[in-house]
Amino acid sequence: MVRVINRKLRRKLALGLGAVAIAGSALVPGTVMAQTSRDPAYAAARSGGQVGEKMDGYLGFVGTPSAGLRAIVEDINIKRKAVYAQKAQANNATLEEYALTAGCLAIMRTAPGEKYQAPDGSWRVRGSEPPLRDSRCP
Amino acid sequence: MTAMQLTDRAEAANIKPSMVGQERSRWRPALPVVGAVALVAGLAACVSVKAPDKPIVIELNINIRQEVIYRLAEDADKTINENADIF
Repeated sequence: MVRVINRKLRRKLALGLGAVAIAGSALVPGTVMAQTSRDPAYAAARSGGQVGEKMDGYLGFVGTPSAGLRAIVEDINIKRKAVYAQKAQANNATLEEYALTAGCLAIMRTAPGEKYQAPDGSWRVRGSEPPLRDSRCP
Repeated sequence: MTAMQLTDRAEAANIKPSMVGQERSRWRPALPVVGAVALVAGLAACVSVKAPDKPIVIELNINIRQEVIYRLAEDADKTINENADIF
């Protein structure tokens, strides 16, 4: 009688462990999901100058984008906004303050050939010289 | 005291100390009315000042001070590194 119970318990335990293992393996791809590199289509649009870094911390379209590119960029901007909101709250700042700061830095990081928005609102191609930025940028 | 004098003072004698302020309390119902008038006057002033929608956004950006940006710069730099896929 006791042995039967033990066997049942063991089976339950094994099942439980299996479930934990499955859940664990499901979690691992989640952490891998946090990509460290740009989507190839986004990277191409950046170097191709179809999208540029705006002063406000978001991506902008230089011309009229294709539907596919628009979807990619809008998705990125939504994700950026979510990150800005979270970080702004953690730093006792407003979303706009944090976004503008990130915009300063993102423009500074543009590679030659990529586009960015100058303080007068015009699109500029980044050259080897420092980008034209807002006077408040660090 | 005559009976007449006593009758005259009966009214004053019936006023309790707590009722002394009654004279003032008679004005209380008028206070919300004064408030409402002030509010309406304030609203009227708001309606007359009409600001266009677009410049407000720019003014918000102007209100962001340089020291705030400097304070956030280090953290924002880290954020960009940690989210390289969306920057």
